[in-house]
Amino acid sequence: MNKRSRLFLTLGSLLLLGTFFLPIWSITVEAPQYPEGLGIYIRINTVDGQHPNDLKNLNLVNHYIGMKKIVPESIPELVFMPPTVLFLMITGLLVAWKGGQRLLYAWLAVFTLLAIAGILDFYLWNYDFGHNLDTEHAAIQIEGMTYQPPIFGTKTMLNFITTSLPAAGGILAFCSVSIGYAVAILNIREMNRG
Amino acid sequence: MSKTMIRVLGLLISIGAFLLIAECAKKDKPMLGSDDAASAVYVAPGDYDEFYAFTSGGFSGQLGVYGLPSGRLFKEIPVFSLDPENGYGFNEETKDMLKTSFGYIPWDDSHHPELSQTDGVTDGRWIFINGNNTPRVARIDLRTFETAEIIEIPNSGGNHGSPFITQNSEYVVASTRFSVPIPQADVSITSYKENFNGTLSFIKVNPDDGHMNIEFQIMVPGFDYDLASGGKGPSHGWAFFSSYNSEQANTLLEVNASRNDKDFIAAVNWKKAEEYLAQGKAKKRPAEYYRNYMDHRTHSAVSELNKSVMILDPADCPGLIYYLPTPKSPHGVDVDPSGEYIVGGGKLAAVVSVHSFPKMLKAIEDEKIIGEAGGIPILDYDATIAGEVTNVGLGPLHTEFDGKGYAYTSAFISSEVVKWKLGTWEVVDRIPSYYSIGHLMIPGGGSMKPWGKYLVALNKMTKDRYLSTGPELAHAAQLIDISGEKMKLLLDFPTVGEPHYAQGIPADLVHPKAKKIFPLEENEHPFVTMKEADARVERDGNIIHVYMTTIRTHFKPDNIEGVQVGDIVYFHVTNLEQDWDIPHGFAMQGAKNSELLVMPGATNTLRWEPKQVGVFPFYCTDFCSALHQEMQGYVRVSPKGSNTPLSFN
Repeated sequence: MNKRSRLFLTLGSLLLLGTFFLPIWSITVEAPQYPEGLGIYIRINTVDGQHPNDLKNLNLVNHYIGMKKIVPESIPELVFMPPTVLFLMITGLLVAWKGGQRLLYAWLAVFTLLAIAGILDFYLWNYDFGHNLDTEHAAIQIEGMTYQPPIFGTKTMLNFITTSLPAAGGILAFCSVSIGYAVAILNIREMNRG
Repeated sequence: MSKTMIRVLGLLISIGAFLLIAECAKKDKPMLGSDDAASAVYVAPGDYDEFYAFTSGGFSGQLGVYGLPSGRLFKEIPVFSLDPENGYGFNEETKDMLKTSFGYIPWDDSHHPELSQTDGVTDGRWIFINGNNTPRVARIDLRTFETAEIIEIPNSGGNHGSPFITQNSEYVVASTRFSVPIPQADVSITSYKENFNGTLSFIKVNPDDGHMNIEFQIMVPGFDYDLASGGKGPSHGWAFFSSYNSEQANTLLEVNASRNDKDFIAAVNWKKAEEYLAQGKAKKRPAEYYRNYMDHRTHSAVSELNKSVMILDPADCPGLIYYLPTPKSPHGVDVDPSGEYIVGGGKLAAVVSVHSFPKMLKAIEDEKIIGEAGGIPILDYDATIAGEVTNVGLGPLHTEFDGKGYAYTSAFISSEVVKWKLGTWEVVDRIPSYYSIGHLMIPGGGSMKPWGKYLVALNKMTKDRYLSTGPELAHAAQLIDISGEKMKLLLDFPTVGEPHYAQGIPADLVHPKAKKIFPLEENEHPFVTMKEADARVERDGNIIHVYMTTIRTHFKPDNIEGVQVGDIVYFHVTNLEQDWDIPHGFAMQGAKNSELLVMPGATNTLRWEPKQVGVFPFYCTDFCSALHQEMQGYVRVSPKGSNTPLSFN
């Protein structure tokens, strides 16, 4: 890799630092009773409300349909995620330092696999929350109705319109891996030319 | 027919037509404002009003909150009167707010709201209001719209002339409408002239938390002190009090107190009073009076009994106070935004007298003194007067200002608002009120910065303005556009209680600061239940404490057994919600007080003394969610001495 590629890769890896401060995913719900908005942020180490008390209030609203409470402490992924991201960042920096093309491909493969695994895991959690309802205690039970939030996009469930989108941290991670791919492609082109 | 005949007929027809038209015109109500009045007051669904208006409740003892220009009522804030709607004065936390040296007083007559000011501009922190009957001043916190503090005024009867404010909220002042023996004593009423006095009270306001204390009182001759106004700008450091009954009559005042051509506006140099106080000129006199305030951490009232007050005697304090003669039984005294003019509404004169503050200072310097009353020098009328506004209508009462050089005076008898120009004293416009206007209000109209867009006329009589509600009618207010040269009537709306004075403030100085919830983690109520797992019932002799929580959509506990006839049960209900606009109610069958309406994060306590054996339900009164109707519980009451154990779930 040339100097410029290594510089880009260094900056791209450092973008991952942002995920330690910024939420990676956002889930918001809209309803007539919540003109001020209600939503949660998924961060790499926790889940919290977009306004104070939002998590508590979302759990309160969800209890009517028998949905499990979102308790960040009981989600193991939130423990694994920070070291994983740290690992990706450090290895990214190492790749930039060493400058090996093969190392870069390996790094991209690991990053991509982890990202796919993460999104799949997110889907499974959403599926679990949306389907495994406490039918014993749910006050509102509608035949055939499930409440799985989307991974990406908007879905209407009863009186709530739920929107799920990557947040700033998630976008930074996407940029980071995209820079990696861009560097790889540029290098291949350069090699072909040279 | 002769020409003369035709002329006579023509004349007759003309007269007839004129009378007919006049009659038709009389039958139609006067045109309501201009053709675009409807759009001027229309606030579209979901939009906000431009101003808050706070109207005193008068004999309701409360404070009304309206929006302008729509005239929509948002809330009645309970201040001096019980409010079963939210438990104010009934629940254990707030009942001490109504404690006085006369015991618990469930009502008062509230006349004059006054917003706090910084640098002469309304700042939206607090609003003060007087209790007229059992002399008190209350402070309402505009983050919660709840009464935060009530202080009793000792040595007073009829606390009418209050609570008017100084330009940095250093003081709110109060004056006695009814002079009384000071200290109170068993004397003949006919000894009025010897034994009765008035007081002017200066209540210091702590700039950080708003807490009030009576810094000093000034003992004054036994006239009826009516209204007041703080100086501003050049006159900052002075306060002005109107008075009538300088005759010192004690019976049939309508005749006996209306003999003198002039009564007085008392000009008090309170900066000088502070100096005299520091020099030890004030006497500490015994006086019992309460100060009650809400401790925001415990959501509970704290009552303090004060036992003395500092009193200044004008005889010991030269230069402290002067009387400005003012025609005739003046009612309102209002200082203009520049602080230069002191406007006296000559209630029984058809004239408004305007004193000049610089001329007053000059008259004091030149010793233009024409006599004295009770040791207080009386200044020469001609030496202090800046101008008289004539043709100002009959019964001129109160004056507000638009900040553009104009003053607006209410005339009770001629039922109109009269606009006149400061400096030239010319009347430039007038508009009728429906009917018999008392106070009038321009947002900021008594401060250094009026927002001179709207004026609200607060009328004493309603008659035919609205659909009838029998002999007792709502009072009427009229919204008048004062942004142009001519006043325009925009809207007519009914008001609750009897609004006397009102205050207005741009909504953006208050609305963004309003609280949505009380953070649960800050709740330090001695009987708080922070989580459902801590909900419990405890017996201590015949006292039972129920530590209860509410959250959508249940009480914890909701079944209680082991209560006996003769027990005193305290339900300490903590609302665990932390969501906007989710209060829970609590109502207990047979409770002789009221319901509770518990705000998110707060704790309220209802006292209940079960008198009958049986099982009695309680329930949530505020429609809190889709399962509100399921939010209920039972208390089993056993006979006294029963061995049913205390239990709950």
